[in-house]
Amino acid sequence: MEEKCCETGTDISRVTMILACSGGSNVGQLANQTAIELSSEGYGKMSCLAGVGGHLSGFVQSARDVDRLVLIDGCEKGCGKAIFEHLEIPIKTYLVITELGIEKNKDFKLKREEIDRVKNAVKDASMTQSESFTDISAGCSCS
Amino acid sequence: MEIKILGPGCPKCQQTEKAVREALEEAGVQANVEKVKDTMEIANYGVFGTPAVVIDGEVKSVGKIPKKGDILSWIKK
Repeated sequence: MEEKCCETGTDISRVTMILACSGGSNVGQLANQTAIELSSEGYGKMSCLAGVGGHLSGFVQSARDVDRLVLIDGCEKGCGKAIFEHLEIPIKTYLVITELGIEKNKDFKLKREEIDRVKNAVKDASMTQSESFTDISAGCSCS
Repeated sequence: MEIKILGPGCPKCQQTEKAVREALEEAGVQANVEKVKDTMEIANYGVFGTPAVVIDGEVKSVGKIPKKGDILSWIKK
């Protein structure tokens, strides 16, 4: 039972939650694609920003209780940040893609170079704050 | 009051249930406490990890054993 628990659970003290804008622009979708790829590669686990914004208690409380969280906004409008400020959830690590020098436009054919640039920026931002991404294969919190 | 303890049954899940039951007894509050072990049902709550505590449909704690003081504040309306 305990082994099964550790195979299926998520130890939130060891996993970075990744929340990303998914707005109607290249930078919104770069944020989303970055979250997808970092999750797939084991650098954290993507959660649902819309769920937080919709005040769904599971998503809101998870964002409050998780130890490590990266919030990625596409542009300076800061919709993700606004959600967190509205709900008074502290932002641990925050990134705005346009501040990386990527211009906002309506071209949804994302550039691989830009996706990789954002991914590296997210990793660097987390490292700078003495956080490190942990393999999501970390088990449940019953350590 | 309906309380659900979400988790597959690990030691922290058990400790969470114990903490909740002790708080209920201390506060003299009646509640139906249910353990939810099914992973699909747990996922439906949108929680990022377990154990998690849900009180009357609202998630109160995720991924940790809640403190007694916090539990008491949730169950004393």
